[in-house]
Amino acid sequence: MALWKPDPSFYPSPRMAAEGPRENLAYVVVFNPDPANGRHDALCVLDTDPQSSAYGKIVGRAEVPNVGDELHHFGWNACSAALCPYAPHPHVERRYLLVPGLRSSRIYIFDTKPDPRSPKLIKTIEAAEIAARSGYSRPHTIHCGPDAIYVSALGAADGGGPGGVFLLDHDSFEVLGRWEVDRGPQFLGYDFWWHLGYDVAITSEWGTPKMVENGPDLDLLTQGKYGHQLHLWDLRRRRHLKAFDFGPEQQIVLELRPAHDPTKAYGFVCVTVSTKDLSSSIWMWYREDGDWKIRKVIEIPAEPADPALLPPAIKGFKAVPPLVTEIALSTDDRYLYAACFGTGDLRQYDVSDPFNPRFAGAIRLGGIVSHAPHPKAGALNGGTQMLEISRDGRRIYVTNSLYGPWDKAFYPEGVRGWITLVNVGAGGKLTLDPNFFVPFSGERPHQMRLEGGDSSSDSYCYP
Amino acid sequence: MNGVWPWIAVALLGAYHGVDPSMGWLFAVALGLQDRSRKRVFAALFPIAIGHLISIAAVVALIASAMGRGFVWLRPLGAIVLAGFGIFRLRRPLAHPRWVAMRVGFFDLALWSFLMATAHGAGLMLFPILMAIPAGAAPPMPHHHMPMPPPVGHLGPLTAALVIVMHTSAMLLVMGSIAIAVYEWIGLKILRSAWINLDTIWAVALIAAGLLSLVI
Repeated sequence: MALWKPDPSFYPSPRMAAEGPRENLAYVVVFNPDPANGRHDALCVLDTDPQSSAYGKIVGRAEVPNVGDELHHFGWNACSAALCPYAPHPHVERRYLLVPGLRSSRIYIFDTKPDPRSPKLIKTIEAAEIAARSGYSRPHTIHCGPDAIYVSALGAADGGGPGGVFLLDHDSFEVLGRWEVDRGPQFLGYDFWWHLGYDVAITSEWGTPKMVENGPDLDLLTQGKYGHQLHLWDLRRRRHLKAFDFGPEQQIVLELRPAHDPTKAYGFVCVTVSTKDLSSSIWMWYREDGDWKIRKVIEIPAEPADPALLPPAIKGFKAVPPLVTEIALSTDDRYLYAACFGTGDLRQYDVSDPFNPRFAGAIRLGGIVSHAPHPKAGALNGGTQMLEISRDGRRIYVTNSLYGPWDKAFYPEGVRGWITLVNVGAGGKLTLDPNFFVPFSGERPHQMRLEGGDSSSDSYCYP
Repeated sequence: MNGVWPWIAVALLGAYHGVDPSMGWLFAVALGLQDRSRKRVFAALFPIAIGHLISIAAVVALIASAMGRGFVWLRPLGAIVLAGFGIFRLRRPLAHPRWVAMRVGFFDLALWSFLMATAHGAGLMLFPILMAIPAGAAPPMPHHHMPMPPPVGHLGPLTAALVIVMHTSAMLLVMGSIAIAVYEWIGLKILRSAWINLDTIWAVALIAAGLLSLVI
């Protein structure tokens, strides 16, 4: 159904989005790390309204019908990009959540209306359909685009490469096919986003399904075989433009965070680990004199540690790698946050001058060695991982699991899932919310999506 | 129906397309904001108007040619096409052209506008009006007396050109005024409250116009 007026959660500009009402609900996917026990993964609804008696509690749960999907990332059918001037369709609703199973390659589509606390499964796109129509499998990132829903995929149907991007019709949710017309040298895939104001897309690299589904492969890592490149694409013509190589020692290039302001031509990407010194780094891509370039802007060193406290995979290094596996950029493009799954740090950088990020603060939650506590739960395991920043930039929701087979390598004792909240003061000061703590038993939360959009769900066509 | 009314209708239809954000003014504003340039807003308006004009002209030429050949089924056929297109737009309200490009030059913009106007059925709506314009007519002048029109008239090249130019001029005038007003003073927040679903109105109007063209 078409609306009479634009969906109120569509905002022409990131500035207007930041001024919108706060989120009263959040959606979070949870997965069962031990599918043999037959428990289903689920889309859960979290009450985030401080006035509500159920604040900070799971108030809804919709299980998927299969077992072992590994729900991971997900996204909305429509967002502020529906207001883009060249293909406007502002009267659609932000209503459906598209939830891929990273292992099963199914995409579940949930309707969050009529009852936002009780999402209903209305359609399942099977792996076979995705494979037949696009050649891809292991769908990951969902972005609501101006013309279709874009989905990145880790690999081909047989578990090898290439990874890439495919399109879904944002009315019927049919798989429209592979996005790339000319992929050039690109082979590995992971994340995908764009600069709508510059008609370019960016993709990053992790590994093919075969390279990641059995846990991190130390041989591949030391040989520099995981992803170490960033790819720039012509969004209009769907052609590869340029590959940026960070060097083979820079392994696993993950989250892409372009500036929300469509007139700004820069963004950030995290590299999980350097095989030289176990550091993580954040790189910036930017446009200068009509050409796109990259540079390293942040490096986070490994922390020396007693080998007795380290899991077998990294014992020999006598250090905890920070493992930056998630970064998030506030809607006003002012603060960049880095999640260090290894040390447990949530690190905040002021990126008002994106070329010179200024470290502004940190909060530690969990971590391989430190198990930094939460006042409500005591020592935590797992570490700061997925981040979702509210549109106004005042709240950061944090979850603590990376990816089933990889959690094991760093937290062999198993990750006990949790969600917590970090508040951002008016001056940017981080404080851990002492009362907001959602524990999970036998399942792990991953990405969150906030009601009405969040800092990583929407793209804007106007500054 | 004859005299001055068809001409007013042609202009009003142009004005309506000028108001519709998806027909061009919003793109002009976006380009101005992207480049922080009022000049860019102005510069975008002309290729958008030209693309719109070409789309309209194609439909008018087709209708004029059919009228010139005395095609007797023109009226019912046109009515079916109009109403059918309106029904399609109602049944697929979310269908929209797939265009992804913000870095556009003159030719791109004209092409985009042509595609948008055509997909919208902008020219189709002129059908009942063209059927109502008297043979060889021009806008009535006070000192001029028009002969009575035949049932399916003849649309001369001058009249056809006048229809196209009048429609596009009205569109350009309204589109330009809104683009500048939004860019300079109003701001894009207006989109959130004022962007009513013109597509649904348009679809209903197409069906109504189809029926109307049978009786005019």
